Amino acid sequence: MIVGKRLLGQAALGTILAGGAAFGQGARRLTVGVSWSNFQEERWRTDEAAIRATLTRAGAQYLSADAQANNTKQLADIEGLLTRGIGALIVLAQDARAIQPAIRRAQAEGIPVVGYDRLIEVGGVFYLTFDNIEVGRMQAREVLKLKPRGNYVLIKGSSADPNADFLAAGQREVLKPAIDAGAVRIVAEQYTDGWRPEVAQRNMEQILTAQNNNVDAVLAANDGTAGGAIAALAAQGLAGRVPVSGQDADHAALNRIALGTQTVSVWKDSRVLGARAAEIAVALAGGAAAAQVPGSAKWRSPGGVELDSILLTPVPIIRDNLGLVVEASWITRERLCRGVAAAEAPAACRG
Amino acid sequence: MKAGLLRTLGIDPRLAALVATLGVIWLGLHALTDGAFLTPRNLWNLAAQTAVVGIMACGMVLVIVTRRIDLSVGSIAGCVGMVIAVLQVEMFAPGTWWNPWFTLAIGLAVGTAFGAAQGALNAVLGIPAFVVTLAGLLIFRGIAWLITSGRTVAPMDPTFQLLGGGFEGSIGGPASWAVGLVGVAALTGLRLAARRRQQGFGFTTRPLWAEAVTILLMAGFILGFVAVMNSYTRPRTDIVQGISIPVLVLIGVACALEWLARTRRFGRYVYAIGGNPEAARLAGVPSTRIIIGVFALMGFLAGLAGAVATARLNAGANSTGELAELSVIAAAVIGGTSLAGGSGTVVGAVLGALIMQSLDNGMVLLGLPSALRNVIIGVVLIVAVWADAVWRKRSGKAAEA
Repeated sequence: MIVGKRLLGQAALGTILAGGAAFGQGARRLTVGVSWSNFQEERWRTDEAAIRATLTRAGAQYLSADAQANNTKQLADIEGLLTRGIGALIVLAQDARAIQPAIRRAQAEGIPVVGYDRLIEVGGVFYLTFDNIEVGRMQAREVLKLKPRGNYVLIKGSSADPNADFLAAGQREVLKPAIDAGAVRIVAEQYTDGWRPEVAQRNMEQILTAQNNNVDAVLAANDGTAGGAIAALAAQGLAGRVPVSGQDADHAALNRIALGTQTVSVWKDSRVLGARAAEIAVALAGGAAAAQVPGSAKWRSPGGVELDSILLTPVPIIRDNLGLVVEASWITRERLCRGVAAAEAPAACRG
Repeated sequence: MKAGLLRTLGIDPRLAALVATLGVIWLGLHALTDGAFLTPRNLWNLAAQTAVVGIMACGMVLVIVTRRIDLSVGSIAGCVGMVIAVLQVEMFAPGTWWNPWFTLAIGLAVGTAFGAAQGALNAVLGIPAFVVTLAGLLIFRGIAWLITSGRTVAPMDPTFQLLGGGFEGSIGGPASWAVGLVGVAALTGLRLAARRRQQGFGFTTRPLWAEAVTILLMAGFILGFVAVMNSYTRPRTDIVQGISIPVLVLIGVACALEWLARTRRFGRYVYAIGGNPEAARLAGVPSTRIIIGVFALMGFLAGLAGAVATARLNAGANSTGELAELSVIAAAVIGGTSLAGGSGTVVGAVLGALIMQSLDNGMVLLGLPSALRNVIIGVVLIVAVWADAVWRKRSGKAAEA
C-alpha cells in the first residue's frame, strides 16, 4: 500500500522533472537521496542531522545509503537510490574516479547531483565543499607564525582521498616563500593509510628517529592524524614544544589545544555544509539552474573540468579563539577544559 | 650438516631460520638507512610497535592450530579500547587511583566475553569460525562506533598511559636486568629439569656441551636484548629507559602461552584437536570446552592489545585495530603456523610479528610511500609461506626415508 503510494508520487515527480515545470509544493513530495562513503567516521553524523533537518523544513524526504568505505558498493547504492525515484542526489564519494559511471547514470536520468565535500570531476555536478586548499593554507599559516624557520614534517591524509593532496598543496603554497628563502625545510612526509591515527603515530615515531628529533613543526592533515603525531612527540617529551596542526575540531583535539599540545584545528562547521547541500539539492530538483544557486561560482578542477561550486570558508581554531566553539555549542566548556591547569588555562576556560 | 648441529643443540631449525631471516632483514635495513636502524632508540621503538600485533599473534597461533581462524581480533581490540576510554574518561571519576585498573579489568572482561561467545557459536552451534568471526568483525567494530557515534575520546589516565610505553612507561635499568636474569635462570632451570626427566626415563640425552651451548646462546639473546633496551635513555636526559611496559606485557603473554601450550593439558588438547579432530573426539578430548576456551583467550588477548594500543595513542579512537586481524594472521603464518592446523609455535608468531614490523619500521625510515611498503610486505608473506611449505615437504620426505 505504502509502496504503491510512493511509486505514484515518484512517477509524478518524474513528470515534473522531465517537463522542467515548477508545480506547487503541495502537489508532490520530493525525495533527496544521499550516498555516504563511510559512516564509520566521526563527523558525518553531524552532517546527516543537518541535511535531514533542512530537508524536513523544506518538506522533502531524506533517503540514504552507506557505502561502508567500499567504492563498488557505492555504485550499487546510487543505482538503488535512483531506482527508488529520488529527485536529487547528494554524493560523498568514497573514490572520486570510481564513482563517475554512477554519476553519469544519474545525470542521464535527469537527476541533479551535488558532490558533497569531496570533488567529483564530472561536468554538470554541483561541487559543495569547504575550501580544502584554504584549510591547508590556514594550518600552515598558524604553525608558521610559531616556527618561522626550521624542519617541517608533513603527516598527510589518505592517498586515496583527493582532499589529502589539496591540503598538502595549500600547506606548501604558504610555506613556499620560507622554503625558497632557506628558512623552512620539509624533512619528511608520509601519507596515512585510511587516515588512521595509529598509522600516523608509527610514521611519526620513525620520522623522529630518522631525523634524530630535529623536527620543529608538524603539519598533520586532520585531528586524528594530529593525535597520532602528538602521541609520538609525547614519547620523546616533545609534545607542546613542537607545533602541530589539524582539522575538523574533534572534541579531543580542541581539548589538546586548550592543554597546549596542539596548535590549530581548522573548524569546518559541518552543520553549515549539510544545510547548504540540502538547500542546493532542493533548488536543483525544483528546476533551478546550477549557476542561479546563490553564492555559486565557476571553479576549474585540477582535471580541467569546469564546475558550478560553492567553497565555504573554514575557521582556524587556536588557543586564543577557543571561545568560538563553545559559543556555537559545538563542545561544552567542561569537555573543552578537561585537565587544563588553572594557571595555564586559555581565556575560554577561565570565564 | 647444519641441521644436524641444530638437532644436537636441540634448537628448532624453523625458529633458527626465522631468526636468521630477521638478522638478514635487520642488516639489510641497517645498511640502507645509513645506520639508523640498529640503534638502541629504533630497536626500543620497534619492540613497542610490535607489542600490539605480537600480543594478539600469540593467541592466534592457538586458534589456527585448532583449524580455525579469528577475523574479529582487530575489531575486538578497537571495541575494548573504546569501552575503556569511555569508562575511564567520561563515566568514572577521573584521577582516582582505582579508575585505570578498574576500567582495564572491565575492558578485558568484555574482550573475553566476546571471544567466549564466538567460541560457543562455533563449537556448540557448529557455525564455521570464519563466518562467526567475520560477523564479529562487523559487529564489534560497529559497537565501537556506536558507543560514541564515532567520536574520539581522550586524554587517558596518566597511570593507564604507562601501559602504552611512551615517555615514562618503562621499568628502568635495574628492573630490566632483574627481568633478564630471572629469564636466564628460569631457562637454565627448565632445560636442566627436562634433561633430568629424560635421564629418569632412560632416554638418551644431548651431550652436556650441547646443552651448555644452547643455554649460553639463549642467555646471550636475553641479556643482549636487555642491554639494548637499557642503552636507550629518556630523551634529553641520562635516565635509562629499559624494557617498556607494552614489551613486558608481550613477553609475559608469550611466556604464559608457551607454558600453556607445551606443558598444560589444555595446550595438549588444543594441538590434539588440530592434528586430528576425529581422533581427539574419540579419545575423549572435551573439544567444545577447549574451543570456547581458545576463543575466550583470544578475546582476552585482543582486549589487552586494544588497551595497549589505546594507552599508546593516548586516545580511544574507533579505527584502533583496523586491519590488525590481517597483520596478526600474517605474523602467525610467517612464524610457521600451518593454516591446515595442528602445528605452530607462540615464539614463532612473535618472531613473525617482529619481522613484519621491522619491514614497516625500516621502510618508513627510508621514507618509502605506504603503497610500496604494502607491496613488499605482501611479497614477504608469500615467500615465507612458500619457503615453509618447501621445508615441510623436504622434512616429510626425510622422515619417510
